[in-house]
Amino acid sequence: MEPVAIVGVGMTEMRRERKADGYADLVYEATRKALDDAGMEIAEVDNVITVSNDFFDGRTISSMAVQDACGSFDKNVSTVEGDGTFGAAYGLMRILSGSFGTTLVCVHHKGSESQMPLITNAMFDPLYERFLGIEAVSSSALQARAYMEKYGITEEQCALVSVKNHRNAFANPVAQLPLELTVEQVLASPYIADPIKLLDCCPVSDGASAVILASEERAKKLAAKPVWVKGVAYCSDAYHLGDRDLSDVRALEEAARKAYAMAGIGDPAREVDLVELYDAFTYMELMWLEGLGFCARGEGGKLTASGDTAPGGRLPVNVSGGCLSGNPVLVAGLNRVIECVLQVRGDAGERQVDGVRTAVAHGINGPCGQSHCVWVLGGEK
Amino acid sequence: MGDWREDQELVVMEGRIKVPYRWFAGEVGTRYFESLRDERKFLGTKCGACGKVYHIPRRNCPDCFAECSEWVELGSAGTLETYTVVRRQHPQLAPLPLPYGYGVIRLDGADTGFLHLLYEFEEGGLATGMRVEAVFADEREGRILDVRYFRPTKGVS
Ligand SMILES: [Zn+2]
Repeated sequence: MEPVAIVGVGMTEMRRERKADGYADLVYEATRKALDDAGMEIAEVDNVITVSNDFFDGRTISSMAVQDACGSFDKNVSTVEGDGTFGAAYGLMRILSGSFGTTLVCVHHKGSESQMPLITNAMFDPLYERFLGIEAVSSSALQARAYMEKYGITEEQCALVSVKNHRNAFANPVAQLPLELTVEQVLASPYIADPIKLLDCCPVSDGASAVILASEERAKKLAAKPVWVKGVAYCSDAYHLGDRDLSDVRALEEAARKAYAMAGIGDPAREVDLVELYDAFTYMELMWLEGLGFCARGEGGKLTASGDTAPGGRLPVNVSGGCLSGNPVLVAGLNRVIECVLQVRGDAGERQVDGVRTAVAHGINGPCGQSHCVWVLGGEK
Repeated sequence: MGDWREDQELVVMEGRIKVPYRWFAGEVGTRYFESLRDERKFLGTKCGACGKVYHIPRRNCPDCFAECSEWVELGSAGTLETYTVVRRQHPQLAPLPLPYGYGVIRLDGADTGFLHLLYEFEEGGLATGMRVEAVFADEREGRILDVRYFRPTKGVS
């Protein structure tokens, strides 16, 4: 792959209800921050990708309604409905096409404006599934049980993820939900859909974020510290839950295999310094760690209990606080990429991990991680 | 933009989108729902190439991308592959009084699971691998809720 860099990143604060800011205000803030971070002006952006979801926004062509705010007038604009990691992958491809030197990718979400269960219920098939009332939490509970029973994963091991990631959020000024918790508190929180309890779940959030990608030639002309895209891949599994082995992570394994091959990574557990993954529910961090190849299948609980995934451990995971500490849907995936960029640059402030040369970011789309997108980022070309 | 808003309530406009839809079940779905409604029977479709039986039914096999050329009658009981008991739910979504369950159920004769409701079970009375059976509604309209829910099978099966 031709070298492409991420040259600018911007995140708004993630908050439960940002009443003073509409969608466009959040997009403007994130875009402005990304431009400032890159030392660019909007005129230097060659094309724009906006990422959103119409159902969440309560308006069709939601991605077109933020065009003023991301400065896309007179530019080639394209849109993605899905997680921000997928939008950024599309932005990368547009540079690789040779048609553009820079791409701005911006993502927005306001969970506060609708009612999350009603929206996530609408991702299910209207003929066969939707009117059973299933939504994101209860469908994930089906996956959590399938996974936990197959491998003997305990609720305590899942609770460790909640304790770690909420604690990590104290060092991240944009995080929404820093909490000092004990495993006992997580275990004592009420069941929503068992085995998932309240403190196993990500919160509802408002937020936006943006990244600017640049070709090697354009990146060279900027003052910003480039972070290079070493590998990206995504892969999808079946849509209907009953068609899948919900305990399985084959789509993630395939995406990771391809991304690592591009990046020349043979042994991710040794060669990756930091991971940001999509922990919408605690069990997901364990499952995705396995799918990403950082431990054997079924070993995610032990890996977490060993302390290796804590800040200062062998493989810090979600030092940003993860989605558990702020989950503007769609934005949350791009925020995983942005945290990796900041860590590789050494710009992660209080939560900076020493010596991050290679970082892996991960996003999901569809129920129970139907589709996975894996990014490998590094400081060297 | 200044201090004017300090003692202001920020404007929030309440609204609701009401858009009618008609979701077409197509020929495959129509035959399936007719069978549920008129005969209380679940039907699956069988791939002409690999022989896999799909429930819910579909026109093509996603594995080998060949046509599902045959209808297969399935049992109205099956095996619970995974489940959850829902303790909290948005009032507009819960189709049964709480707590109720969701399960992925592999009906007898099918090679795939399908999602449906679980009810009439004791607290702690569900388990992966257990047998469950369909409870049909008395009034059926040709929709997925013609099956009210699944419950643990009574007696040996
Ligand atoms: Zn087949």
